[in-house]
Amino acid sequence: MKQETSTLETDDPFSDTLPAYTLVNLRINGQTHKLRLQPWVSLLDAIREYVGLTGTKKGCDHGQCGACTVLVDGKRINSCLTLAIMKDGAEITTIEGLADGEANHPLQDAFIEHDAFQCGYCTPGQICSAIGMFNEGRAHTLEDVKEFMSGNICRCGAYTNINAAIMEVKSKLENE
Amino acid sequence: MTTKYIGKPASRVDGLEKVTGKARYSADFKVEGLTYGFIVSSSIAKGKITGIDSSRALALDGVLQVFTHENVRNLPWFKLRYTDLDAPSGTPFRPFYDNTIRFSMQPVALVIAETFELARYASSLIKVDYEEETHTSSLYQNISKSFKAPKGKIGYVPPKSRGNADAAYEDAAFKIQAEYKHSAEHHNPMELFSTTAIWDNEKLTVYDKTQGVSNCQFYIGNVFGLAYKDVRIISPYVGGAFGSGLRPQHQLFMAVLAALELKRPVKVGLTRQQMFSFGHRPATLQKLALSASPEGTLESVRHEAYSETSQFENYTEVIVNWSATMYACENVELKYELVKLDTFTPLDMRAPGAVTGVHAMESAMDELAYTLKMDPLIFRLKNYTDEDQVNEKPFSSKELVACYREGAEKFGWAARNVEPRSMRDGKNLVGWGVATAAWDANQMPSRAKALLSIDGKLVVSSGTSDIGTGTYTIMTQIAAEILGIAIENVTFKLGDTNLPLAPLEGGSWTAASVGSAVKTVCEDVRKILLKHAVKTKASPFYNYDPNKLQIDSGEIFDPNDSSKGISVTEIMRLAGVNSIEETSTSGPNPLVGRKYTMNSHAAVFAEVKVDEDLGTVDVTRVVCAVAAGKILNPKTARSQILGGVVWGISKALEEESKLDHQYGRFMNHNLSEYHVPVNKDINDIEVIFVEEKDDIVNPLGVKGVGEIGIIGVAGAIANAVFHATGVRVRNLPITMDKVLQIAEDDRNQVAV
Repeated sequence: MKQETSTLETDDPFSDTLPAYTLVNLRINGQTHKLRLQPWVSLLDAIREYVGLTGTKKGCDHGQCGACTVLVDGKRINSCLTLAIMKDGAEITTIEGLADGEANHPLQDAFIEHDAFQCGYCTPGQICSAIGMFNEGRAHTLEDVKEFMSGNICRCGAYTNINAAIMEVKSKLENE
Repeated sequence: MTTKYIGKPASRVDGLEKVTGKARYSADFKVEGLTYGFIVSSSIAKGKITGIDSSRALALDGVLQVFTHENVRNLPWFKLRYTDLDAPSGTPFRPFYDNTIRFSMQPVALVIAETFELARYASSLIKVDYEEETHTSSLYQNISKSFKAPKGKIGYVPPKSRGNADAAYEDAAFKIQAEYKHSAEHHNPMELFSTTAIWDNEKLTVYDKTQGVSNCQFYIGNVFGLAYKDVRIISPYVGGAFGSGLRPQHQLFMAVLAALELKRPVKVGLTRQQMFSFGHRPATLQKLALSASPEGTLESVRHEAYSETSQFENYTEVIVNWSATMYACENVELKYELVKLDTFTPLDMRAPGAVTGVHAMESAMDELAYTLKMDPLIFRLKNYTDEDQVNEKPFSSKELVACYREGAEKFGWAARNVEPRSMRDGKNLVGWGVATAAWDANQMPSRAKALLSIDGKLVVSSGTSDIGTGTYTIMTQIAAEILGIAIENVTFKLGDTNLPLAPLEGGSWTAASVGSAVKTVCEDVRKILLKHAVKTKASPFYNYDPNKLQIDSGEIFDPNDSSKGISVTEIMRLAGVNSIEETSTSGPNPLVGRKYTMNSHAAVFAEVKVDEDLGTVDVTRVVCAVAAGKILNPKTARSQILGGVVWGISKALEEESKLDHQYGRFMNHNLSEYHVPVNKDINDIEVIFVEEKDDIVNPLGVKGVGEIGIIGVAGAIANAVFHATGVRVRNLPITMDKVLQIAEDDRNQVAV
C-alpha cells in the first residue's frame, strides 16, 4: 500500500502528523467500495460514515455490546473492534445484505413475528450474530443459543422472544 | 366487523424497517458536508478551569473549531432559558457558561473536525488546567445534611402522612424495621446519544435522540434565541431511552451551537462513557418500620427515603407515597428528603421512585409476614384495600386480586413451603417470593391530525415518540378500527415538531394520551365521511340518518339493510372532496381525577436458585400478572412487560453505577463493568394480563404498560432469595458477596 505522507515515525512527542490515507477495497453485500481511508477508521465507521450503510449500529465502540456485529467471510465479528484496512477484499455482509432479492432472510421475518425487539437498535447485530452462530454449527439447544448469543445485549429485554425466533428458524433450517 | 384491530396481537408496523436496517435513528441521517464533533469531559468533579490550551488541536488540518467557555459568547445568562419540560426546580446546567466545574465529566470543550476520527484525536490534544476544590459525592456520609424535597418537577407529589405511626408501632405485637440502600443506576439505552444539526436558510433542522421533540424545540429556541417555528426537531426512531431522553442532553446543545456558529451541518455523539455524565436513577437510603396485629392487620407504616440530587437542581420522584396507598393501614408516616452532591442531577428512569420505594416496602412486608408466620401472599390479601386512603377516593378499577390469583395459580404458589431453606435442587437452594406493584394511569393533553386521501389512505400523526414501546403500531390499530378501514391503508407518523403537539413520551401515559387524540380525530373524520354519505345526492344513503350507518373495511353500510353500500373513496369522489383533514385535541377529564384514583397494578412471583457455596443467584422463573385496563396489543404489551421484568431482574441482581468518591466519578462507565442482563441471564418469564374493564380512566380504557412490569420484580426476587437462603439482602444489587457475607454475619450472630 502506497503512503501519501509520512506517518508518526518520530521521537518528537509533540509531533501531530496525521496518519496517511490508503486505498481500501471493501466488499460489502457483494458490492466493492473503493475508499481512501486513514488506518484509524474502524470497520464500523467505514461502513456507516464512509459507505453510508447505517443499518449497522454503534452501541459502545468497545466490543462490549454487539450492536455492530457484521459477518466477515461468514464469521460474526464486532466491526467496532476491527480496522477497515484489515478487511481489504474480505466479503462483508451487513443487515442490508441479508435479504435474497425481495425475500427477507427467515430470521428477519421470525424476528417480526416473535416481536424479538422493541426499540430495534440491537436488532441488526442480533440477526447477524445469530446467522454467524448458525454458521458455527455448535448451537444445538436453547441453552447453547442463550450462551452463544450473550455477546449481543438487548437493553429492552427481548431475549426470550429473540430466542423463540432463533429456535424456530434453527429447526426450519435443519429440516431443509 | 373485519376492521377490528384494537386488542389484537398485530406485529409491529415498523418491524420490517427495524429488521432490515432501514429504520433511521438519530445518527443515521446522511447530510452533505457533515462535520463531526467530539466532547472533552472534565477530569475533576468540582473546581474551576484555569486555562484551556486548544492550540495543538486547532493546528491540525481539518480541525474547524474548538468551543470552550472562553470563546462561546452570546448565550443567555438567564437560567430559566435553559429549563425544559422535565426539569426539576433549581438552575439547569448551562454548558460552556463559565469556568466552574459542577460534576465529573462535565463537557468542557467541543472539537469540530472534518471526520469523526480527527475530532476524537484532536480532543486528546486539548489541555485543560483546573483548580480543584473538595467535592462530596457520598449520599450515605451526608444524610445529616438532608432537606425536605421541594415541589416543582412534573409528576412530583409530596408525601402525606396519616394517623400516628410511632404510637401504633410502639404498641404493636409484631414489628420489624430495616434499612435499604440502592446504588445509582444509568439508563444505558443501546443507542448512543447523537444529534445532527443543520442550519440552512435561517432555519435549523435537528435529528435528535429524544422522548420529546417539542421539549427539544422549546429548549433550543430558548437557549439560542431562535423562534420555535424556525427550529424543527426530527426523531422517527429512538434506540431505547427509558427516561434518558426526557431532558435535552449535552450533545443537542453542542451540535446546535457548532452548526449555528460554523454554518455547517454538525453531528455530535456521546460516547458510552459520556452517557454516564448526565442523569441517572439516584442512589437512595430508605428506612422502614412496619407493625401488625397478631391477626396480621397492618397497623403502622413508617417509610423514610433519602435521595441524592445535584448542587444545582432538586430532582424529585415519588418513592415513599406508594407505601401509603398499596395496603390498608390507619397509621402511616412518610418522609422524603434530598441530599445535595457534586454529581449531575438525577433523571427519571423507568418507573422512577416506585421501583425504589416498592422494593423496600415489599421486602419489609415479606419480613413482617415471616415475623407473623403468615404466608406472604395471604398477608398481602389480608391488608388489601379498594380505597386510596391518602386521597380518600376509590380506584377507577383495581383487579389486583385477580393478579394475585391468576399469578399464584400459574406459578404454583400453593405448593410453597413457607420455611426458608426448605427447597433444594442439587447444590442450589430454591426460593419463591412474591411482591405487589402499582403505578399511575395518567393521561396528558395531546393533539393528533388525520388526513384521509381520495385513494383511501389515511395518515395520522402526532409529535410523540416510539422508544420501542409500540406507539407506531397501537396508534395505527386505533386509527384503522375507529375509522373502519384496513390497517394496511393507515400510516402513523411521529417524532417531528411539524406534527401536532404531544406530551413527553414517558410515565406510561402515551397510549392513553396520544391514543385518545387519535381516537378523537378519527371519529371526527368518520363523522365527516358519514355526513358526505347522507348529504351527497348521488349517494345510496342520501337523506339517511348518519347515526344508523357504519364503516367497515372501507365500506359505508347500514347494518339493517345489506342491499346498499358505498366505499369511502367513492363517497369522497361523489362529494367532490380530494381529502379530509382534521386535527383534534384530547385531554383528561378533571372531574374524573377528582373522584377516582387511577392506578395499574401487578403481582410478581419469582423463583430463584442460589448456589449455596458461591452465593450466586439465578432467577429461573418469573410470573408477572398485570391489571392495566384494556390491552391494545397483547403482543407489544407483553414485550413491554417482558422488558420490565428483565429490568427488574437487572435491578435486583446486576445494576450499579459505582462512584469512586476519591474522584467523584462513576468508574464503571462502560457496558462491560456496568452490568445489565445478557441473554444467558434470562430464563422463563410468563406474562398474564388479567381482565380489567375501566370506563372511567380514559376513552380507551387503557392504563399503560411501560413501567408496571418492573416495579414489583426486585422485591419478589429479594424475597425469593430470603426464602431460598434465610439471608435477607436489603441493599441492591444482590450480589454473591452480599449473600455470603450476610449469611456469615447471621451465623456469627447466632453463635454469639
